[in-house]
Amino acid sequence: MRNILSVILLAVFSWTFSSLVMASGGGVHLDHAPGDLTDKESLKRGAQAFADNCLSCHAADYMRYNRIGRDLGWTDLEVTEKLINTRGADGEKTKVGELMKVAMNNDYANVAFGAKIPGLTVIARAKGADWLYTYLRTFYLDDSRPTGMNNLVFADVGMPHVLWEKQGLQKAIFRTEEGTDGNKKHIFEKMEIVEAGTMSSEEYDAYVGDLVNFLVYMGEPVQLERKSLGIKVLIFLFVFAIVAYMLKKEYWKDVH
Amino acid sequence: MFKSLMTWVDDRFPATKMWNEHLAEYYAPKNFNFWYFFGSLALMVLVIQIVSGLFLTMHYKPDGAMAFASVEYIMRDVPYGWLIRYIHSTGATAFFVVVYLHMFRGLMYGSFKKPRELVWLFGMFIYLALMAEAFMGYLLPWGQMSFWGAQVIISLFGALPIIGEPLTLWIRGDFVISDATLNRFFALHVIALPLVLIGLVVAHILALHEVGSNNPEGIEIKKHKDENGIPLDGIPFHPYYSVKDIVGVIVFLFFFALVLFFAPEGGGYLLEHANFIPSDPLKTPEHIAPVWYFTPFYAILRAVPDKLMGVIAMGGAIVVLFLLPWIDQCKVKSIRYRGISFKILLVVFVISFVALGRLGMLPATPFLTLLAQIFSVLYFGFFIALYFTSKNEKTKPVPERITK
Repeated sequence: MRNILSVILLAVFSWTFSSLVMASGGGVHLDHAPGDLTDKESLKRGAQAFADNCLSCHAADYMRYNRIGRDLGWTDLEVTEKLINTRGADGEKTKVGELMKVAMNNDYANVAFGAKIPGLTVIARAKGADWLYTYLRTFYLDDSRPTGMNNLVFADVGMPHVLWEKQGLQKAIFRTEEGTDGNKKHIFEKMEIVEAGTMSSEEYDAYVGDLVNFLVYMGEPVQLERKSLGIKVLIFLFVFAIVAYMLKKEYWKDVH
Repeated sequence: MFKSLMTWVDDRFPATKMWNEHLAEYYAPKNFNFWYFFGSLALMVLVIQIVSGLFLTMHYKPDGAMAFASVEYIMRDVPYGWLIRYIHSTGATAFFVVVYLHMFRGLMYGSFKKPRELVWLFGMFIYLALMAEAFMGYLLPWGQMSFWGAQVIISLFGALPIIGEPLTLWIRGDFVISDATLNRFFALHVIALPLVLIGLVVAHILALHEVGSNNPEGIEIKKHKDENGIPLDGIPFHPYYSVKDIVGVIVFLFFFALVLFFAPEGGGYLLEHANFIPSDPLKTPEHIAPVWYFTPFYAILRAVPDKLMGVIAMGGAIVVLFLLPWIDQCKVKSIRYRGISFKILLVVFVISFVALGRLGMLPATPFLTLLAQIFSVLYFGFFIALYFTSKNEKTKPVPERITK
C-alpha cells in the first residue's frame, strides 16, 4: 500500500516539477546560444556590436555605460570612445555615468515600424538567450513585408534586418505538409544564401553569439558575483549547520 | 547588576513573565518531528520579508512611469540591491512552501481539532491575508505578468451580480489597471496587510500557547501532569525546541540560498519571463498564469465553464478549509491512529492539490480542462467524503502517554 502510494505521489510530483517548455518561438526549434559570461573578450566584442548596431534605435536605459566598463575591464575613457555615440541636449557627448538612452523617440518609431521599439536592458531575461540567438540569424527575404524581410521565430517582425550586410540575404525553404487536423502547414526546412555578406556563416554566428552573450550579461550584470557569493554563503551555512546540530544533540541528551 | 535591572523592569513590565509563558516554561510535547519545523520557519520568513521589504521600499517607486525602472535600478545601482530583491522574491515562494507544509502537518495530525479550532481559524486567516499580500506585491514590479495577472484576477470580481462591475472599478480605482491601482496596492502591500499579518500571527501563537501544542501522536500531554502541574511528556520550548529549530532554520536557509543565489528566476516559475517586459495595456501576453502558489485555485476557477460559478468554486475551495474542524468529526487526531479511509482520502487530496497546481500553470486545452475538472471534484470530494466517513471511522486505540 505504502509503496503504491509513494509511486503515485512521485509520479504526480515529477510531472508537476518537470520543466515547462514554453513555445515562445512559435514551435520553431531554437539553436543553442554559445554564451560564456566569464569570457570577457567575447563580452567586449558583444558590447561593441551592441553599441554599433542596436543602440541607435533600441535603448538600454536601465544600464549605465560605466557599469559595462567596470564589469568588462574598460576604463571610462575607453567606454566613452568605444560605446558612446550620442550627445545630450547641450551638444556635449553623453557622460559615461549616464543610462544608455537613444535619441529616437517612440512616436517616430511607431510610424516607421508600426511598433514601439522595446528597450533591451533585460530582453535576454524576457526572451532567453537561445531565442535571441536564433532570432538574429533567421531573417529571410519576404516580399510581402514592408521591410522585405521576415523572421522565423518572430513572424511578421517590424524590425528590419539590421545585420544583413554582415550575414548576407537568405531565403527560407518551406515544405508543405498536411497536419492532423487536415489543414496545410508550412514547415521550415532550411535557409539558402541568396546574396553573400561580408562575413562567412561561421563568422556571423560567432558575431551574434558575442552579441547575445553581452545581452545575457546586461540582463543581470551581477550574475557571476551572485553565484560566487552564493558558494560562500552555502559553505558558511554548512559549517553552521554542523555546530547547530551538535548543540542540539548536547541539549537533547537529557530528553527521553 | 543584570538581576536588579531585570527586577526593575519586571516591576513595571511583564518581561520575565512573558519569556516564561511563551518560551522557558511553555511545555511542548517532547516528540515533535520534521513536520514541526515549519511553524517557526514561517515566523522567520515573515521577518525576512518585512526586513527585506523595508529596504526595497527605500528605493522602489510606486509610480506607473517609474516602477519597472526602479526595480532594475535596485538590481543594478543600489549596493546589494539585487540581493535584497532576490531575498524578497524568493522569500515569497518560501513563505508559501513553508505555510503549505505547515498546513499539511495540521491536516495529518489533526492539529485543527478541539480544542485548537481557533488556532486553525487564525491560521487560515493568516493564509488568506498572505494570499492578498502576495497578489498585491506581485503587481509592484509592473511587468507584463504583474499587469495582466492583476487584470485577470480583479476582473473575476466582475462576475458577481449587480455589485460586480462597480466593485472592480472600486478596487482598481480606474477602468483598467493603472497608476492608481499600483499606488494603492503598494500602500496595502507595505502597510495594511503586514499589520494584519502580524496581528494574526500574534493571535495564532497566543491561541496555541493557551491550549498547548498537538504532536505526531495526537495525545493531549496536559492530561498527565506531575505534582508541579508540568506535563509529564512536555519539555520547555526553550532551550530544547529553540536549539532544535535553529538546526531547522539553517537547513531551510541552505535550500533558500540555493534558489536565491543559483536560480532566482526558478526556471520562470518564480520570476516569470514575461515579467521582464514592462507592462503594456495594449499587448496581452501569450499565456497568463498566476505564480505557482495560486495555481491550484486558478485551475479550479478555469475548470468550471461558467465564470460566476467558477469564482464561487474557487472561493469555496478556500472557504471549505476554514470549516475543517467541523467537517472532520473523528475524535482521534493523528493519522497514526486513524482508519484507512482517512489515509486514502488525504493522499487523494494531496494528489489533487498538487495536480491542480500544475494544471493551473498550463494553457487550458480541452484535455487538461477535463483533468482539472476531475481533480476539482476530487478536491471537494475529500471534504464531503471526510464529513461522512470521519464519524464512524475505524480507528486504532490511542496510547495515554507519549512513548515514541
